[in-house]
Amino acid sequence: MDGSIAAAPGQAEQPVLDVQDLHTVFMTDDGPVHAVDGVSFRVGPGETLGIVGESGSGKSVTALSLMRLLEEPARIVGGSIRFQGRDVLAMSRTELSDWRGDRAAMVFQDPMTGLNPVLRILRQVTEHIVSHGRMKPAAARRRGIELLRRMGVATPERAAGAFPHEFSGGMRQRVMMAIGVANDPVLLIADEPTTALDVTIQAQILDLLRGLNQEFGTAIVLISHDLGVIGTVCRRVAVMYAGEVVEEAATEAVLADPRHPYSWALVNAVPRLDAPVGARLTSIEGTPPDALNPPPGCRFEPRCPFRISRCAQEHPPLLEVAPGRRARCWVTADGRALPRPTVPAAAAAEPPRMAEAPLLEAHGVEKHFPLPRRAWFAPRGAVHAVNGVDIALHRRESLGVVGESGCGKSTLARLLTRLHEPTGGRVTFEGRDITRASAAEMRPLRPRLQMVFQDPYASLNPRMTVGDALAEPLRAHGRVASRRAAAERVAELLATVGLKPAFASRFPHEFSGGQRQRISIARALALDPAVVVADEPVSALDVNVQAQVLNLMLDLRERLGLSYLFIAHDLAVVRAFCDRVAVMYLGRIVEEGPADEVLSRPLHPYTVALTSAIPDPGRQRVVLGGEPPSTLRLPTGCAFRARCPVARAECEATPPLADLGAGRRVACHFPGAFAPRTTARLETV
Amino acid sequence: MPRYIAQRLVAAAVMAILASAVIFLIANLVPGDPVLAQLGDIAASDPATVLRWRAKWGLDLPLWERYGIFLQGLAHGDLGISIATRRPVLDDIIQYAPATVELATVAFLLSLLVGIPLGIAAAVWRDGWTDSLARAISLLGVSAPTFWLAFIMLAVFYGGLEWAPGPGRLDPIAFPPEGPTGFFLIDALWQQDWETFRDAAAHLVLPSIVLAAATVGLITRTTRAAMLDSLQQDYVRVSRAKGMREWSVVMRHALPNALVPVVTLGGLAYANLLAGAVMTETVFSWPGLGRYTFRSAAALDFPAIVGITLVVSVTYLLVNLMVDLSYAVLDPRVRR
Amino acid sequence: MSASAAPLALPPTRSHLRRRLRRYGPAWLGGGIVLAWVLIALLAPWIAPYPPDAVDVTSRLLPPSAAHWMGTDTLGRDVFSRLLHGARLSLFAGFSVVLLGAALGTLIGIVAAWARGWWDEGLMRLTDLVLCFPPIILALAIAAALGIGPVNTILAMLVVWWPKFARLARALALVQRSQEYVEAATVLGLRPRRILARHILPNTLGPLAVLVTLDLGNAILTFAGLSFLGLGVIPPTPEWGSMVAEGRELVEQWWVATFPGLAILTVVVGFNFCGDGLRDWLDPKGRSR
Repeated sequence: MDGSIAAAPGQAEQPVLDVQDLHTVFMTDDGPVHAVDGVSFRVGPGETLGIVGESGSGKSVTALSLMRLLEEPARIVGGSIRFQGRDVLAMSRTELSDWRGDRAAMVFQDPMTGLNPVLRILRQVTEHIVSHGRMKPAAARRRGIELLRRMGVATPERAAGAFPHEFSGGMRQRVMMAIGVANDPVLLIADEPTTALDVTIQAQILDLLRGLNQEFGTAIVLISHDLGVIGTVCRRVAVMYAGEVVEEAATEAVLADPRHPYSWALVNAVPRLDAPVGARLTSIEGTPPDALNPPPGCRFEPRCPFRISRCAQEHPPLLEVAPGRRARCWVTADGRALPRPTVPAAAAAEPPRMAEAPLLEAHGVEKHFPLPRRAWFAPRGAVHAVNGVDIALHRRESLGVVGESGCGKSTLARLLTRLHEPTGGRVTFEGRDITRASAAEMRPLRPRLQMVFQDPYASLNPRMTVGDALAEPLRAHGRVASRRAAAERVAELLATVGLKPAFASRFPHEFSGGQRQRISIARALALDPAVVVADEPVSALDVNVQAQVLNLMLDLRERLGLSYLFIAHDLAVVRAFCDRVAVMYLGRIVEEGPADEVLSRPLHPYTVALTSAIPDPGRQRVVLGGEPPSTLRLPTGCAFRARCPVARAECEATPPLADLGAGRRVACHFPGAFAPRTTARLETV
Repeated sequence: MPRYIAQRLVAAAVMAILASAVIFLIANLVPGDPVLAQLGDIAASDPATVLRWRAKWGLDLPLWERYGIFLQGLAHGDLGISIATRRPVLDDIIQYAPATVELATVAFLLSLLVGIPLGIAAAVWRDGWTDSLARAISLLGVSAPTFWLAFIMLAVFYGGLEWAPGPGRLDPIAFPPEGPTGFFLIDALWQQDWETFRDAAAHLVLPSIVLAAATVGLITRTTRAAMLDSLQQDYVRVSRAKGMREWSVVMRHALPNALVPVVTLGGLAYANLLAGAVMTETVFSWPGLGRYTFRSAAALDFPAIVGITLVVSVTYLLVNLMVDLSYAVLDPRVRR
Repeated sequence: MSASAAPLALPPTRSHLRRRLRRYGPAWLGGGIVLAWVLIALLAPWIAPYPPDAVDVTSRLLPPSAAHWMGTDTLGRDVFSRLLHGARLSLFAGFSVVLLGAALGTLIGIVAAWARGWWDEGLMRLTDLVLCFPPIILALAIAAALGIGPVNTILAMLVVWWPKFARLARALALVQRSQEYVEAATVLGLRPRRILARHILPNTLGPLAVLVTLDLGNAILTFAGLSFLGLGVIPPTPEWGSMVAEGRELVEQWWVATFPGLAILTVVVGFNFCGDGLRDWLDPKGRSR
């Protein structure tokens, strides 16, 4: 992103925010946990600072500390926060509430819970304009509607009188932004404002943030786990690890040439759209240190691939390693750069057997979920989750299904594994029609058709040990003769997914998210499946853990000859992982083909928008307006035409999924008519 | 919305008819014999007397015919004749209801006025002394047996300290106020009879505190839990980040969201106060439905039992209906 | 919060013990009370100083003394001995109503949630039907119809007791059904019976156990109430509710009614403490709701 700064920060100018040596602790039963441990940074007027880190790194606690919004048992125990020279920590309660929401404002992560469900939108946007004495109620109402319009809320006059539940997540986040900027704050703190949103909506919100900074000179502190997101908005970035800032520099500099090994890992763990196909991701082993007893030396030392002897003994300070950039590392302290990751190219995998009959296949499969009647004799509505999908998975193939939330991809996964029964169409597995197979008929097939679920916290029974969970399917299908044999097989499975066999006696809550996902994978492998359907297996994980799990799944595919149906919303992950990809929109496949081809040369306008919405600094972007239509009443014709930039009269007829040769299929009347090159930029609707 | 109300009314009516069938069955199928209970051992030993008596009260007809007669009567507002008082059951109920409704309403208002503020305070100053006080009050309220609490209150404040008047609705020598409602407080106001008003109010103090005790406990607990939940929501944090004052955060953002469970419980509690006055009324010699219920049950007076249960369960259904409708007012997500 | 630029000043941590005591103290106290009463109920014949129904007209209505710790009643019976014996029936009634009610209700609720369709609809309408009666009135009517006596009263209470367990169990089972680990069990090809027994039931037991514990106090209160009204027991049998009823006119001889009431109060408080403690222990996040 270029030119995101309205006013260049002068040396003499007073910073908007000056944080020195901030310490925040959580008072737990086991002792104080130093969530924020000596964080310092400055934000000048109109500056943009990103704070990036994995979950538990202390970035959100930092954000809350800045506004003094912490609640027991968290407390600020040291350091100073100055806002335009005023000591925030010394403010009284009244001063604090006069300052908050007026000069400094905050936008939170989850727009679904951030709005009060029983109050009308306008009231929530304007009440603090009035309470801070900026305007009389009538004037505030006019300003509220104006703010909603500026934030891109469709029909703001109507929206003003509505309640939050009548809006989608994207619209709610726009309302949250309107609340944040209502009093023209000097500083806006945004805590993961787009994490809960889909990529195309995320792109819209990030555009708004950039616009605020450029047009009004609002200083922004953006907290995110995604360096790509920060790169599109922020000039500078602070990388946090275990409660400390480990690197602070210009965002491009960190992305191109990270000087702290943790930033290095963070940058390289992210799958990139321009990486060679089939390459493994760079991941570091281990987990963040125990927050109660951090190691005496560098906190990253136990996981650091570049560590030297000094790292274990001495805690490194935040040192200037190059002009304008600081890092907390002994290795790069003398100004040297870290080497590019050397990732061994994947051993040539056996190619998918595309000529053979597919293992798992669906023809025109449909799923409608009936809704409860609103009245006794009212017609029954239905959610049209999947509306006629043809898909085929071949032996040794890895097929990705991507789309935004609500596009029906998870339902499709559950139809193919027959957790749901299709409303229409046909599903076959290994040549056998399983569309209407009963639970008893499915049982003998189940071992060869397995599934890995999205949420590593919900997919393991909390009351069963890992060993029991893994042994259960073995015993149910008579795969093991004795308890001993079961224990041996369990140990083998744990080793297969890179866990210690001793973990068998532990309960799920003793594991991290990544470890649990490995256990889920081990459970799916217990019965030697041919096909594994993976429903967003890495989307709940931090990038580094995501890289570990993806690498593991790639290895297993080669070693065990698995076929994957891989559901995801992250295009780069799909590209790193899959041979072929199918893009879904509103319960239909709109484009399908070789992953590399589809993502580098998309033909359907929706795929074009999706690929360009991936936050990646310096990329030519198409911001798609609007949101997907309701699944309650399907639109006629092409489902995408309401949002499509090149829609014409012909689009009132539903386009078939036409074969264009070279394995590519597209459901569009004008494939390739819309490309990022031809339209520089679309305004948000 | 009107359609929704109509639907709910029809559903409630169906439930009421089903309920009447259930209670009619219970009253008629079980082994207890009202003849024995009414006639006494000597008269009941003469078969002719028993037969005559059974025929008089229609107890010799088949069950479904009796239910048919009962339903027919019901359509005309006729709940049958009480075996014990030998008066129409409906007349009895109309006579006794005001005393109970008056007592239950006062107790209900008392429990709301104490329970809701206490619950809010306990949640806002969590783990502070108000919280401890709220916990103690609600624990004792829900744990103390009503009939025993009634005895203790009478023993201490009437027998011992003589601060409060004794049992009954009025002083034994006083005349009940003339008036249209049967609620002594309102009738006395109507007549501008301050003497009687004071007397009636004084007599209400102890029974209403006793009756409210358990409800205060429940409402305090529910309010506290709902407020704690509400105060932890993101929108509360957002309103703090907006710079709203704490009072406004609590009362205007957190409280409205916490009211839904409190209203649910409140509705249920009111219905239960009406029904649960049995013990309080028995101890305080309160001439209400509770005491009537108890006497009918003891005498196996089935027409009366069926009548009361029917009236009370219809009230119950109506209160629940109103609670459901109030959700629509409190929570826009339920509005249609 | 004026710690600006000051050296790291950690606030004093409340000591470990006090914290734990605050959180789990009441639960231990409640457990102690309940345990004590259970022991009393079991050992009553051996620890009571007098037989519970030994009438002695020469020592009627004696105030508490060394010989009669809690005085004597209108028939000269020792209140303390009757109180100890009364624990047997109260606890028995409480446990049987709640355990049987919970078992029946849980069964109905889980079957309804698992079967869905008509079974669900039918069972839940039946539950609604019972719930549309005020519990006390319905229990009173049934108990009256069945006749006086502890077994009949317990039966009457059972009729009104199971629906809340059915509702809770159904709601919990429905939540479980849509959990990913239940889906995972299905994908693994486990039989429905096994999924129900190994995955769904164990995860619904926690909240049910909390309700059972809290409800024990409730059931004891209701049983005592019905006895107070003359339905629970046939007179000479010692029972707390009927003991209060016998003493309710005796304001001067306060001990006759006061002590049995206190006994009920302590048992109910004990079960409440236990239930709250159990809930905190099962769900550390939602502490002290």
